[in-house]
Amino acid sequence: MFQVEKKSSHKFILINPKHFQVPLKRENGQTTMVPLFQNKENIVGEVSIEPTQGKKVEHNGVKIELLGQIELYFDRGNFYDFTSLVRELEVPGEIYERKTYPFEFSSVEMPYETYNGVNVRLRYILKVTISRNYVSNIVEYQDFVVYNYTPLPSINNSIKMEVGIEDCLHIEFEYNKSKYHLKDVIIGKIYFLLVRIKIKNMELEIRRRESTGSGPNTYVETETLAKFELMDGAPVRGESIPIRLFLSPYELTPTYRNINNKFSVKYYLNLVLVDEEDRRYFKQQEITVYRLQETS
Amino acid sequence: MTSGGIEDEEKWLAEGIAGLQHNAFYMHRALDSNNLKDALKYSAQMLSELRTSRLSPHKYYDLYMRAFDELRKLEMFFKEEARRGCSIIDLYELVQHAGNILPRLYLLCTVGSVYIKSKEAPAKDVLKDLVEMCRGIQHPLRGLFLRSYLSQVSRDKLPDIGSEYEGDADTVMDAVEFVLQNFTEMNKLWVRMQQQGPAREKEKREKERSELRDLVGKNLHVLSQIEGVDLDMYKDTVLPRVLEQVVNCKDELAQYYLMDCIIQVFPDEYHLQTLETLLGACPQLQPTVDIKTVLSQLMERLSNYAASSAEVLPEFLQVEAFTKLSNAIGKVIEAQVDMPVVGAVTLYVSLLTFTLRVHPDRLDYVDQVLGACVKKLSGKARIEDAKATKQIVALLSAPLEKYNDIVTALNLSNYPLVMDHLDNATNKVMAVVIIQSIMKNNTYISTDDKVEALFQLIKGLIKDLDGSLVEELDEEDFKEEQNSVARLIHMLHNDDPEEMLKIICTVRKHILTGGPKRLPFTVPPLIFSALKLIRQLQGQDGDVVGEDVPATPKKIFQLLNQTIEALSSVPSPELALRLYLQCAEAANDCDLEPVAYEFFTQAFILYEEEIADSKAQVTAIHLIIGTLQRMNVFGVENRDTLTHKATGYSAKLLKKPDQCKAVYACSHLFWVDDQDGVKDGERVLLCLKRALRIANAAQQMANVTRGSSGPVTLFVEILNKYLYFFEKGNPQITSAAIQGLIELITNEMQSDTTTDPFADAFFASSLRYIQFQKQKGGGMGEKYESIKV
Repeated sequence: MFQVEKKSSHKFILINPKHFQVPLKRENGQTTMVPLFQNKENIVGEVSIEPTQGKKVEHNGVKIELLGQIELYFDRGNFYDFTSLVRELEVPGEIYERKTYPFEFSSVEMPYETYNGVNVRLRYILKVTISRNYVSNIVEYQDFVVYNYTPLPSINNSIKMEVGIEDCLHIEFEYNKSKYHLKDVIIGKIYFLLVRIKIKNMELEIRRRESTGSGPNTYVETETLAKFELMDGAPVRGESIPIRLFLSPYELTPTYRNINNKFSVKYYLNLVLVDEEDRRYFKQQEITVYRLQETS
Repeated sequence: MTSGGIEDEEKWLAEGIAGLQHNAFYMHRALDSNNLKDALKYSAQMLSELRTSRLSPHKYYDLYMRAFDELRKLEMFFKEEARRGCSIIDLYELVQHAGNILPRLYLLCTVGSVYIKSKEAPAKDVLKDLVEMCRGIQHPLRGLFLRSYLSQVSRDKLPDIGSEYEGDADTVMDAVEFVLQNFTEMNKLWVRMQQQGPAREKEKREKERSELRDLVGKNLHVLSQIEGVDLDMYKDTVLPRVLEQVVNCKDELAQYYLMDCIIQVFPDEYHLQTLETLLGACPQLQPTVDIKTVLSQLMERLSNYAASSAEVLPEFLQVEAFTKLSNAIGKVIEAQVDMPVVGAVTLYVSLLTFTLRVHPDRLDYVDQVLGACVKKLSGKARIEDAKATKQIVALLSAPLEKYNDIVTALNLSNYPLVMDHLDNATNKVMAVVIIQSIMKNNTYISTDDKVEALFQLIKGLIKDLDGSLVEELDEEDFKEEQNSVARLIHMLHNDDPEEMLKIICTVRKHILTGGPKRLPFTVPPLIFSALKLIRQLQGQDGDVVGEDVPATPKKIFQLLNQTIEALSSVPSPELALRLYLQCAEAANDCDLEPVAYEFFTQAFILYEEEIADSKAQVTAIHLIIGTLQRMNVFGVENRDTLTHKATGYSAKLLKKPDQCKAVYACSHLFWVDDQDGVKDGERVLLCLKRALRIANAAQQMANVTRGSSGPVTLFVEILNKYLYFFEKGNPQITSAAIQGLIELITNEMQSDTTTDPFADAFFASSLRYIQFQKQKGGGMGEKYESIKV
């Protein structure tokens, strides 16, 4: 159940106290709790309009829209709606007192997740518009969040690789899976086959690569979300160092591949060895992150 | 990493402590307000101070201990959190979110400790996880301390037998596995410390490592404390695994320390039952490892164990401890080509000590040890190294001390061979030790072959060894040595004359090689020893008449004659003369007139030809007279010849008083106060008269040369001789003659201006004697009646 309520002639509030809510970071940096939905869910609610005491609202009709938008920051103002649904709530006329309009969007196609990136934002909103003549329309927005869940992948191979610099450093590393859910743990080990450099330490980074646009206008932004020290000091040949990295503390999203031809978000594990002269030797491996349907 | 001065280090430590305390303060606040998130944050920051690379182990330890104390508080907090319902499993995950590995692992160990206590998971699983995760610290110093922390917090939580953390089955194995793994990793880190860093700081690193060794050794201690580690487990798992690590680490310091540790922390009976394994590792150690000390410690412990109770001795036999030790030592010496001689010998000393304590009855073992030592030393030059020499002396002394009986040592065929490797001086010292042992224990050496062996041992004292000519000998030391040899000769004894003769021959053979300096010391005891034998034979007269008997006095006398002759090479005529006289007396007692005569002849020849010094002549002539007086074996003719000679020589002494004294002494040669002794009063008188004449002459000479009258004493002495013979009933000595002599003396004394208090007193007491005899009455009184004083 979902309600859009109008407290005054200018204010609408979407509420649904029973629906599960998640935090959402707004543009101003503040976090608010908003309802959470997933693909194909029915979005049902009410819009209430209550004119200011003793006044009437004259209008050319009231409608509610459900919009899925991709907003590219380098192309500000250019929204791209990949989903747009409209319900007419009222024919043109006048409203004298509080009035409530139920609405429903059934099995809404919401294939993409809400995403707040560096250069791109994907958002879902409900937009109520009271159209008026001569004066500007009264418009109220309500954000909501969409998460899409994935079942356990049937194939989930480990990542195993031998890398090295000739006669200098040879290692073999292994991550237990190639696909991790958001609360997963990366288990693995690094096996040192040859060590001829003075290693100071070793860390595992989780990096997010967000690419937006296409062709010559492709923007790639890489962020390091986690720096997790795996080893302190210089190992010798034959040492094997364990990896156990819990993903839950980090703000990850699932991997997004080519979202509506507008953007992609990929995750990489970057194994970094630092020597005593602070030279960095690294090997990056992509992992797939997914949102696991929590079974209750 | 720069190697700053000590001041820098102090500064860094101070900074570290400040940082630690700062974060600890906020951690306490968080703990007080039950703020888990902050508690974790500040504790991780606090622990970050331990990430420093700038502190020496000593200083790092300081920092570590402070962190350790703080972590105890955190552990208490975790316990309370768990009691308040916070899932310990979540907590276990939560601390692993820390980005830096060192703080993360300290926290993990701390929570792990609480986790085990909560029993929400089997102790073994938690321990296994912790010990695995600690692999992330590859920095030696930090790793060692972290693992030490792990060891510390887990010590009371091992799934040992009887422990509350004991699981279903085989959990002791898990406990052992855990400790072993931690030990292995710590040792690897510890060894690696040596290889990292610049070569010029090698010594400093060694010192630092030395300070850290107990962190590693602690694990072995923990292993030894695990109840469930019984002999089987020790044998099958613990020891092989530990040794594997020790051998493979190829580090001198670690190998030495850990071998020592193994020996010290585990029970002796385990060592005994696993000797083969333990010893098997020794030859595989680095050649520079001081194995000798390690093995010595082991043998020392085993010896003590053997000594602790007689019940354990069969165990030693059962496991063939000696053979195993002996083989192991052989292999170690073989493997460590560069081991100095002192090392090898020290090993043998230890083995010998072990043998003597554990198998005192197995002399063959002792000999085997010495043999092995000889083998090692063979082909090498004499040992110059003072330490090695000392060890060899120890090696040789041990059996003597143990058995208190040189006879036992003489059965050791390798004993003299070992001695051969000593330098001359030490060889002598050792020989003296042997002799002292004999003396102290009053050991009689009673067979010829033993004597032969003994002389082999002490040959350093008996003759000049090669190269010893150049040595400067201290006169005192030399006398001391030779006196001890002389004493030794008296300890060579057998009641069986035949064997005793053999012994004497052997001794003779050896001492005659001694050269002019030694003979005066060694010949006399031999002569007396032989004379003792002669008297013994004489005592059992009846038994030794047979012709075939080798030990007849006659034969021995021949031998003696030759032996004394050897002294002429010294030359030491006075000594030889005395010995001849001794022999003559013995021959007299054996009724061997020709032999006795021969000895006297020899004595006179010496007197004539060799003794030139007038004082020596006086002494010699008195000796001759004294001996001759007691001889009763001679026939009239021989006796006449000899007495004549003696009297003649007496009168030919250089100084008049000496002449006088010798001549009046000769008077006794004609009057032997025995039942059938010679009693020739006339010749007695002649002698005395002659003495008086000489005394007169002496006095006149004194008057002429010095202007004073000479020795009245001589007259008094002669008076006493008169009195003696008078009393003995010599008819030639009359009271009138005595009376005359007394008056003569009285006159002399009155005329003499100078008084000689001694002579006065002598004369006075002589007169008192006469007075006394007169008053006594009876026969003697009557005799004296006519003498007036």
